[in-house]
Amino acid sequence: MNAPFPAPVAPNMYRYDEFDARFVSERVEQFAGQVARRLKGELTEDQFKPLRLMNGLYLQLHAYMLRVAVPYGTLSSKQIRKLAHIARTYDKGFGHFTTRQNLQFNWIKLVDVPAILRELAEVEMHCIQTSGNCVRNVTADQFAGATPEEIEDPRPLAEIIRQWSSLHPEFVFLARKFKIAVGATPHDRAALQFHDMAVEVVRNAEGRTGYKVLAGGGMGRTPYIAHVMSEFVEREDILAYLEAVLRVYNQDSRRDNIHKQRIKILINAIGPEEMRRRVDREFQELKRMGTLQLPREELDRITAYFAPPAFETGLPDTLPEAGPDFANWTRTNVHPHRAPGYAIATITLKTIGQVPGDCSAEQLDVIADIMDEFSLGEVRVTHEQNLVLPHVRKKDLPAIFAKLQELDFAAPNAGLITDIIACPGLDYCDLANARSIPVAQAIARKFADLDRQHEIGELKIKISGCINACGHHHAGHIGILGVDKKGVEFYQLLLGGSGAEDASIGEIMGPGFGEHDIADAVERVVGVYLAQRRPEERFLDTYRRIGMAPFKQAAFQKEAA
Amino acid sequence: MSAPVFKMLTANRLRDGDVLYRKGGGWVLTLAEADLYADAPAAEAALAQAEAELAQNIVVAPYLFDVRQEDGAVRPVKEREIIRAAGPTVRPDTGKQATA
Amino acid sequence: MKLLKHGAWAQDTFTPVADDAALPRFQKDREALLERNTPLGVRLQSHENPELLGDDVNRLSLVALEFPKFRDGRAFSWARLLRTRLGFTGEIRAVGDFLYDQINYQRRVGFDAWEVPDRFTLEDFQRALTEMTNVYQPSTDGRKTIRELRAGI
Repeated sequence: MNAPFPAPVAPNMYRYDEFDARFVSERVEQFAGQVARRLKGELTEDQFKPLRLMNGLYLQLHAYMLRVAVPYGTLSSKQIRKLAHIARTYDKGFGHFTTRQNLQFNWIKLVDVPAILRELAEVEMHCIQTSGNCVRNVTADQFAGATPEEIEDPRPLAEIIRQWSSLHPEFVFLARKFKIAVGATPHDRAALQFHDMAVEVVRNAEGRTGYKVLAGGGMGRTPYIAHVMSEFVEREDILAYLEAVLRVYNQDSRRDNIHKQRIKILINAIGPEEMRRRVDREFQELKRMGTLQLPREELDRITAYFAPPAFETGLPDTLPEAGPDFANWTRTNVHPHRAPGYAIATITLKTIGQVPGDCSAEQLDVIADIMDEFSLGEVRVTHEQNLVLPHVRKKDLPAIFAKLQELDFAAPNAGLITDIIACPGLDYCDLANARSIPVAQAIARKFADLDRQHEIGELKIKISGCINACGHHHAGHIGILGVDKKGVEFYQLLLGGSGAEDASIGEIMGPGFGEHDIADAVERVVGVYLAQRRPEERFLDTYRRIGMAPFKQAAFQKEAA
Repeated sequence: MSAPVFKMLTANRLRDGDVLYRKGGGWVLTLAEADLYADAPAAEAALAQAEAELAQNIVVAPYLFDVRQEDGAVRPVKEREIIRAAGPTVRPDTGKQATA
Repeated sequence: MKLLKHGAWAQDTFTPVADDAALPRFQKDREALLERNTPLGVRLQSHENPELLGDDVNRLSLVALEFPKFRDGRAFSWARLLRTRLGFTGEIRAVGDFLYDQINYQRRVGFDAWEVPDRFTLEDFQRALTEMTNVYQPSTDGRKTIRELRAGI
């Protein structure tokens, strides 16, 4: 018999006022009207498709898929319970956390979507602009508001950007999708440099806080690392600046070839200096017009929603002793917190053999209870398909770990080789060429031994089932790209990518590997690292020092009998 | 020598996204029950008919795909269509394979 | 097709004459065209930046912005540019392939006329404009944003 449920806790996060609530509910009714028109045939599929995409609804391999927005990865326990309820009621009892901090449901019926959206609206959630050629979910560091490293919490700005970009009349029919991320720490956990546009909170030489703006990063068919558009934008100017970038993109991007329509292509074509010049022209004009200036009061008002919770004081600031399994878990899954006596705990949804990022309705409900009891009602979704409890007391860590063990979410592997990112791939996705989940599972099983995982250390494997790169394979220390080779699933290896502040694009090794060889090939590559590394070198560092050749040679050698 | 290749026609049901296969003038849920087209003209005609029927708003995105007849059973040539007909390989408790 | 202007049906007082309406023709014959004492309009394709009209823009009564395919959203920026940087006060007309669901956005960025299929009704138009009561961001229409409403501005 379970202990009595803790009372739901409302975390410090943005809360809808009547305007936000009305906006979302009117949007729901607007889409309900569009669904009705589609079912009656007043809209063709060609006309309906962009409308449903801008409400997060895809038609995938088996069914419709609905992508729920999780702004900057932040969720309350009430929202988690609602997602569990939707999974149970309208889907097959589970959801999938994505590489953009969102949640996807894989088995949705079109006719149920209006009801689902109304339920989401009850808990201040929506699916607006989670797909389509528009500004998508604004993502941020999963440790925001908890990490001692940040200049300030990036989420208030992310919320302001979210509101500004919601149904922005000029930018809802862009040439392609537009992804924005916000960061505020030297260690980049949000892959800023691979975004269409990114904002980094910085301090200038005078100690004033402002924003560095980057643009032109991206994954996909042709990966690029973002260029700096401005080293320092004043706080009050930020929306004018972002709008200037979007305007230049909307006006000047190609529209003739779907593979060449992201902003990264535009900036590469005209050069970052010319891009900055065009952006600056728009920006200066917008600044003069004044309508987009962000008043300090507004920034402060939004920031207040995210005020740090009232942390307890006088708590023990050491990690408790609770056995070797717990100790292993704290090695990788627990990070320092700004408040003494507190910690940040990562729940890796990467138990050996599980589908990366998947979570059942039952597991979601238990996570909600854990959130209320131990994390001030709050959880974060990471772009690496894990969850984070941002504010836990160190003394509660053993109890949390015990509950996670019951859930089968206690894998002590955050950042290790079995903490793999994998897109849904050909098991689910209409666009895929190959399956990615079974490859992730095979690799995880091969490297399951924890001592071996720690011997290897930090190694980020990222798997995409097609060139669209939703698994971020270009930014994997080891990246795997599934391709279709004459109707057979085939996998290419890339080495040396990084989505962190030391951003780099993975290099393609060469010919690929079959479904049954790829995990072995990865093992041979790891073997080269272990043989060649110097002290303190991660896999990525060794690769950067010695280059592709030794890895390639080993990868294509089969084991001697 | 590989088994002969036929064509089949598939689509998604508009209202719920279910994968459907063409049989006669209608659609069925199970690939094994659906029509095979022995040659390109027959397949193209079936596709054209399905496209003409799009205005009825029953299905979306009809397309042809290759299958082989092996040991009395019909099996798609491409992995994608095998998975589409059965369900996700990583969740055998979901999709058509779960109710088969 | 019908012309919808300022929320009501209107007679189209412009007669597009083949290439007469197009930018290249305008650029070639601008002197002669501007000397005519009749209202003049130019139809721009989606890749044509209205800045190409130069200083003549305010001698035009109409700029028609084409949507070759509803997905091509460049004209949203062109309309906005016409109203702001170029200070155009004449008619900005949406022509081509656009969805009823885009009309609200078009109006916000400065369109005030729409060439619509015969089956389109004024009720459709009103519905398009009123489905969403409030807006988060400022645009050419000068509507109060949610931030301003919150602050009681």
